Amino acid sequence: MTPPENKNIIEERKELIKEVLQAYPEKAAKKREKHLNVYEEGKSDCGVKSNIKSLPGVMTARGCAYAGSKGVVWGPIKDMIHISHGPVGCGYWSWSGRRNYYIGTTGVDTFGTMHFTSDFQERDIVFGGDKKLLKLIQELEVLFPLSRGVSIQSECPIGLIGDDIEAVAKKAAKEINKPVVPVRCEGFRGVSQSLGHHIANDMIRDWVFPRADQAKKDGTLKFESTPYDVAIIGDYNIGGDAWASRILLEEIGLRVVAQWSGDGTINEMLMTPNVKMNLIHCYRSMNYISRHMEEKYGIPWLEYNFFGPTKIAESLREIASKFDSKIQENAEKVIAKYQPTMDAIVAKYRPRLEGKTVAMMVGGLRPRHVVPAFQDLGMKMIGTGYEFAHNDDYKRTTHYIENGTIVYDDVTAYEFEEFVKALKPDLIASGVKEKYVFQKMGLPFRQMHSWDYSGPYHGYDGFAIFARDMDLALNSPTWGLIGAPWNKNTKAKAKAAV
Amino acid sequence: MPQNPDKIQDHVQLFHQPEYQQLFQNKREFENGHDPEEVKRVAEWTKSWDYREKNFAREALTVNPAKGCQPLGAMFAAVGFEGTLPFVQGSQGCVAYFRTHLTRHYKEPFSGVSSSMTEDAAVFGGLQNMIDGLANSYQLYKPKMIAVCTTCMAEVIGDDLGAFITNAKNAGSVPQDLPVPFAHTPSFVGSHITGYDNMMKGILTTLTAGKKKSASNGKINFISGFDTYVGNLREVKRIASLFGIDYTILSDNSDYLDAPNTGEFDMYPGGTKLEEAADAINAKATVVMQAHSTPKTREYIAKEWQQDVVVSRPWGIKATDEFLMKLSELTGKPIPEELEIERGRAVDAMTDSHAWVHGKRFAIYGDPDLVYSVVGFMLELGAEPVHIVVHNSNEVFEKELQALLDSSPFGKEAKIWGGKDLWHLRSLLCALSS
Repeated sequence: MTPPENKNIIEERKELIKEVLQAYPEKAAKKREKHLNVYEEGKSDCGVKSNIKSLPGVMTARGCAYAGSKGVVWGPIKDMIHISHGPVGCGYWSWSGRRNYYIGTTGVDTFGTMHFTSDFQERDIVFGGDKKLLKLIQELEVLFPLSRGVSIQSECPIGLIGDDIEAVAKKAAKEINKPVVPVRCEGFRGVSQSLGHHIANDMIRDWVFPRADQAKKDGTLKFESTPYDVAIIGDYNIGGDAWASRILLEEIGLRVVAQWSGDGTINEMLMTPNVKMNLIHCYRSMNYISRHMEEKYGIPWLEYNFFGPTKIAESLREIASKFDSKIQENAEKVIAKYQPTMDAIVAKYRPRLEGKTVAMMVGGLRPRHVVPAFQDLGMKMIGTGYEFAHNDDYKRTTHYIENGTIVYDDVTAYEFEEFVKALKPDLIASGVKEKYVFQKMGLPFRQMHSWDYSGPYHGYDGFAIFARDMDLALNSPTWGLIGAPWNKNTKAKAKAAV
Repeated sequence: MPQNPDKIQDHVQLFHQPEYQQLFQNKREFENGHDPEEVKRVAEWTKSWDYREKNFAREALTVNPAKGCQPLGAMFAAVGFEGTLPFVQGSQGCVAYFRTHLTRHYKEPFSGVSSSMTEDAAVFGGLQNMIDGLANSYQLYKPKMIAVCTTCMAEVIGDDLGAFITNAKNAGSVPQDLPVPFAHTPSFVGSHITGYDNMMKGILTTLTAGKKKSASNGKINFISGFDTYVGNLREVKRIASLFGIDYTILSDNSDYLDAPNTGEFDMYPGGTKLEEAADAINAKATVVMQAHSTPKTREYIAKEWQQDVVVSRPWGIKATDEFLMKLSELTGKPIPEELEIERGRAVDAMTDSHAWVHGKRFAIYGDPDLVYSVVGFMLELGAEPVHIVVHNSNEVFEKELQALLDSSPFGKEAKIWGGKDLWHLRSLLCALSS
C-alpha cells in the first residue's frame, strides 16, 4: 500500500463527508454518518457500520430478500423451475436481469430465462394461495416434465397472509417425486438482498442436502471421488464468468464437480458434499453454505479472486498449495502460459489508463475484488463501498484499498453524486441505476453488476475483455462532444477526449 | 488460449472456441442432464397440438407474462410533472426493480424513493416510515411534488395513504402546501396500466382541487396514457403547434425520459408545470390517446371537470385523420396544410411498400391500446392479424378490437386471446408453423 499523496487527504475527505451530510435532516444525518468514513492504513476495519436498515425516503440502490434468493442464489440453477410466488411484478421486473449464462434447451430441460409466477389476484390474497400453488406445481409437471425440481420464491404477500408453503412443498415433492424447495424470501425480510442470500443458503442446507445424505446412505448417489474434486461456490456466470474460471481450475488438474449456481444443476448441488474443497468467489452470498459444509461434512473452503492477472496468479497458487505437488507444478505452468498474453494486454492498455482514478459502488463482493484488476492496468481506487456488505466484508476490504480511500456503505444517490463531484474520479463503476446519472455528468461509467452486457471479466480470458472495456469507456471520443462549442459559458464539465 | 490482445473476443465468440466447447462437454458428466434424444423428443412435443391443448388447460400457472404490476405505471405517470419525486410506500426492493427496469429501457436516470418498510413495519404499520420518508426525501431532493403510491406489502397490511400523508404533514415532514398526491397501487390488481391510471387520477385530483373557474381557458389537454415511446408525445406537441392550439400535456415525461447530455445531471428535467396542470380543470376539452390505461382518469375528468373527454389514438392514417379532424372540431381551427402534405407522403410510402406487407400473416401481443393501434395500422396495409395476445385485457377492449377487425376483410381470421401469456403465444405460433 502506498502512502497518501497528501498528508491532509484523510482530514480533507472527512471534512467532505461532514459537508455532504449537512443536506439531511438532523436525525437522518446522524444515522448516515456511521456509514461513511475514510480508510486509514493499519486499521483492521473500514470504520463504517453496515447491514442496517436504509433510511426511508432516501434513494438507495438496495434490493430485497427476494432479489437475493431468486435473482442471485436460486434463479441461476438451470434445470429447476423457480416460481415467483405472489403477484406478477417481482418476477416481471427482474426477468432475465442478471445474464446468468447457461447451456441447455430453454423451456424443455433448462429454464433460466423464463418467468414462472402464480400471478396473485385479490382473491388469492383474501383466501390464501396454497391450493393454487399445489395446482401450479402439478401443471408445471405436465408442461415441463424434464425439470429436475422446483423452488418456491415467496414474495411479500405470502408471509403477510400466512400461507403454509412448506406444507405444499412437502406434498408436491412426494407427488412429483422431485425436490420442491420453499424459500421464505419475502422482500420485507431484512434490510437488503443480503438476507435473501442467507435464507436461500439455509434452504439448500435444509431441503437439498438431506436428499444428498439419503442418496449416499442408499448408495444411489453415482459419484466416484478423486483427490482433486472441488466446487466453485458463489459464481453466477454473469456473461460466462464461471466458465472462464472453471477452465483454469480444470487446467491445473482439479476436477470441478459443481458450479454454484451459474449454469449449475440440482445434481451438482447434491454431489457437492463429497468434494475435497469448496472454492468461494462471492463470499457474501455463499459463505453460509460453505461454513455449513465445513461443519457438517468437514469440507474446507477457500476464498479466491479471479479478477486481474495479479490476483489470478496469487489465487491459483493458493488453491494449488492445498493440493499435491502435481497440482502446484500445473499451477505454475498455467500461470507461465498465460503471462505473456497478460503482459501484452497490460502493455497495450496500461498506457491508455495509467493514473486514472475510479470510484466504485457495487453489491457485496466486487467493491474489493475488482480493485486489483484496476491496479493491474495502472488505475487507482479513490472511493468504494457496498450496497449490502456486512462487517466482515469491510474487514476484508482493508486488504485491498489504500490509505485515504473514502468508504461508503449503502451510499445514497445524493451522497454518491456529491462525492463524485468533489473527488472528480475519471471513471465510475457501479450499477445501471447510477449509470446514466454519471454519464449525464459527462463521466465515463461501467456497470459492475452486469459488466455492461459484456464479459466475462473473471479469469485470464475475462481480464482481456475487462481491459478493453475500461479503455473504451474512458477513452471514448463522445465525452469530448458534450457542450456546444458556440456556447462559451457552457457549464459542461466534460473532459476533453484523450 | 483463446484471447489474442490484438483481437479480443467477446463472450459469444469466446465460448465457441474449442477449449470452451470441451469444457461444456466435461461439465455434462456432473449435470445429470437428460439424454439428448429425449430432450429432442420433448422439444418437438412442446410444439405439437397435444402440447398446445395441455398448455391452454392450465389454470394456476402463468409463464412469461406480458404484464407488470401497478406501481411502475404510477411512477411512469408521476415523472411527467415538473419537479416530481415518485415515492413508494412499502418494501424498497420493488423500487429498485422499477428504477432498474425504466433505466434500462430508456437509458436515462430514473429517480424514485421508497419508505423502506421491513419486518417492523409489517407488524406496526408503515406510518413512521411515511413520516420519516417524506421528511428525508423533501429535504434531500427538494421536489415540487411528491407522488405517493404503494407496493403490495403496504396494501396487504392496509396502510391508509390519505391519513398517513395528513399525519406526516401535521408532523412537519413536508410543508402543508406541498402537493402530495397519492394512489393505492396493489400489485395483485390489474397491471402497470392500472397503476398509471390510478396515479394520473390521484395527481390531477390533488392539483386541480379548488381551481375550477367559471370560464374556460380555451386550452386542450392531452393525456398520452402508458405510451413508452416519447417520440409520440413530441409529435403531438408538434402537431398542436402547427395548428396553433394552446394545449397542456398531462404528464409530459418526454424530456425526463430522453434528456440531452449537457454535462450536468438534472434530477427533474422538463415536465408539465404544476400551475398549468392545475389549470387543466378549466380547459375546453381533454383528448386522451389511450383508452384502457385511463378509465378512472377519464371518468373523473368528465364528472368533476365538466368538459369533453375524447379518446383518439393517432396511429396509422385513418386514426390520425380522426385525431386531426377532432382537434379541428374542438378548436375551430383548420387542419394545417403542412399536415395534409405529410399525410400524402405517408400514404405514398405505404402504397410504395404495401407489396411487402400485404397478405402477410402476423401475431401480436402487448398492452390493449398499443395492440389496438398497431392492428389498425397493419390492416390499412393489408396485413392479416392471426393471433392477438393481450394479457391485461378486458371485455370492453375485446369488443372494441373485434369491431375493428370486423371492419376490414383482412381482419377475418384474427383471434383475440385475452388474459393469455407469452407461453400461450408460443404454442399458438408453433402450431402455426407446423
